[in-house]
Amino acid sequence: MSAEAPAPARTLELREVRGPSATGGGSRRFFELLWLISATEFKKSFHGTAFGYLWSLIRPLMLFGVLLVVFTRIIRFDVANYPVLLLFNLVVFGLFQEGTGGAVGSVLAQEGIVRKTQFPRLVIPLSSVVVAFFTLALNLIAVFAFILIYGIDPMWTWLFLPVILVLVLVLTGGVSLLISALNVRFRDVAIIWTVVATVLMYGSPIIYPLNIIEPSFLRDVLLANPLTLIFEQARHWIIDPEAETALQAAGSWLNMLPAVAIYVVTCLLGIWVFKREAPKIAERL
Amino acid sequence: MAVETTNDGPRTSRGRKFDDEPVVIEARGVAKSFRLPVNKISSLKEQVTTLSRPGYRELRALRDVSFEVRRGEFFGIVGRNGSGKSTLLKVLASIYAADAGRVRMAGRLAPFIELGVGFNPELTARENVELNGVMMGLERRQARSRLGAVLEFAELEEFVDMKLKNYSSGMLVRLAFSVMIQSDAEILLIDEVLAVGDAAFQQKCADVFHEMRDSERTVILVTHDMSAVEQYCHRAMLLHDGEVRATGDPGEVARKYLRLNFEAAPSSGGDSLGEVADIVVEDAWLEDEDGKPVTNVEKGSAISFCAELEAKRDVDKPTFGFTFVNPDGVEVVGFGVPKEELPDRVSASQQIQIRSKIENRLAPGRYLVRCWIHRNRNLSDIVLYSPHILDFVVFGKDEAGVAFFETDVELELKGGERE
Repeated sequence: MSAEAPAPARTLELREVRGPSATGGGSRRFFELLWLISATEFKKSFHGTAFGYLWSLIRPLMLFGVLLVVFTRIIRFDVANYPVLLLFNLVVFGLFQEGTGGAVGSVLAQEGIVRKTQFPRLVIPLSSVVVAFFTLALNLIAVFAFILIYGIDPMWTWLFLPVILVLVLVLTGGVSLLISALNVRFRDVAIIWTVVATVLMYGSPIIYPLNIIEPSFLRDVLLANPLTLIFEQARHWIIDPEAETALQAAGSWLNMLPAVAIYVVTCLLGIWVFKREAPKIAERL
Repeated sequence: MAVETTNDGPRTSRGRKFDDEPVVIEARGVAKSFRLPVNKISSLKEQVTTLSRPGYRELRALRDVSFEVRRGEFFGIVGRNGSGKSTLLKVLASIYAADAGRVRMAGRLAPFIELGVGFNPELTARENVELNGVMMGLERRQARSRLGAVLEFAELEEFVDMKLKNYSSGMLVRLAFSVMIQSDAEILLIDEVLAVGDAAFQQKCADVFHEMRDSERTVILVTHDMSAVEQYCHRAMLLHDGEVRATGDPGEVARKYLRLNFEAAPSSGGDSLGEVADIVVEDAWLEDEDGKPVTNVEKGSAISFCAELEAKRDVDKPTFGFTFVNPDGVEVVGFGVPKEELPDRVSASQQIQIRSKIENRLAPGRYLVRCWIHRNRNLSDIVLYSPHILDFVVFGKDEAGVAFFETDVELELKGGERE
């Protein structure tokens, strides 16, 4: 072993190696990786299948067709502009469903990267959210074409669309972080999540408007769901200005509090759990 | 004639001094443990009925590991499987978090510890090179501008737009190695990547490693391959059971590694799970004509191969065989204890000393000694097979062939125009 040199001619500043983290490696690298991985994942959905991107539109369209037949021919909803409302809601909920559904198993699926490279772990679940967002953006073009063809005139409140999308996007991100981190510890999370996502779809005013439900305990429960308020407000802004706003649906600001609290807590919890779990992910796989 | 020094091997030149170079990697008291579940759940029913949390066993993968590496050094980490080398590498690479101690580093680190892990088989080489470059911390534009150099080194220019899933494994490795080389990381962590690709590409890699030895780049190489350690490394460290056993001269460390290897259970046929074989090799060495132990011998000088074995249990009718293997894996010579010398039985804790004088016709180069022990004079009843009980170097003028023979060559010219 080399003896302790009296004073090395040059010394370099040593940086502490703090081990793996959610965002390790600097923010520029983080965003470039997020963009690159999301873009290539999204491109992949074009390749390999005959219809490519169309499938991501056809899936909500088929569900839309079935539900439309059920709720206009079998069980009759008397709701203004029901077809466009249904299509819009399904496509926007698709962001949440596909984003979280892709994220939940993503960390496990990227085992090689997680275990053998120093990689900002946060990129992995977030990239599936970004991919779902790309899909949504394309689908919305089709949806708005449909809205115009249906005969709804453009409204200035359409300018609030980004607010709706950001609210859904942030919630999707928070939930994705939470479940993808938990799924590393408890593999059951991915299995349960498909059920939970379905429950959430029926537990939000997606295929029905909230105002057809009489004031009851059930309605209170639905009101505690953050997605309920988001979709109610979206209906007011995008589809039918006559419809209730989220505030009117809730009745008072106080009644909105549970949903807002759940929204904030879920997002913060997601970030906190993911940050806490990130350094240990490689060992648990 | 024998020389007992460590640095006269064929291609080892450890001339560089690093005392004046700044320290770029510093590890102090690094410790890391894993919790392993103890209860093995082997059936579905058990899984359903075992509702209680399984117990855990603490595996201390690293204990109090300290070392430092100076800029430009090629630093080897050696150790048996499970000694903690890969865990240490993962701690250095920020893949695992250390439980205790601290690691400090200066300079940009390549974030891969295995070749090609960042590759996406669904993407083309072009896209993968860009993705990998960004993972290494380059900007996208920089990453794209490296494409040409990467492909040229990998000799894959024609396949730039082919998806990696259609690449052969050799092509993949070439691309991965090339991406690593072309990144401008100042510190590289490399886990067992030698001996990849075909012979020509291997030569290219060897050239790169030699170049790296002499460059400003700092390399940490984790390997089992002692000849690589002696060829490339300036310094090496031996890990055993998560502890640093030795740091220093690569030749010295390699020898300690080999000694550790036959202390413990040899990798024989039946007991690779860590049981001790019925007979173990305690020590093995070479002696010159005068009976002095040597590690390097001159071409043509007579040598004796000596081994000390110990029986751990009774073994009936044992046979003992040894082979010398050259770096190409060719068994150049094999010999055994002759029949009339073989005992009918060795009993537990008996020592066995074997001494064999060998006419040395070995061509210059490095040799490994393998050992076979069978029982009941039956070649399929293996007591011990140890692939690596000793290595040594024969030095001298190189000639073609794996061995040389005394020859008596005459040349005569006949006929022709001359008067």
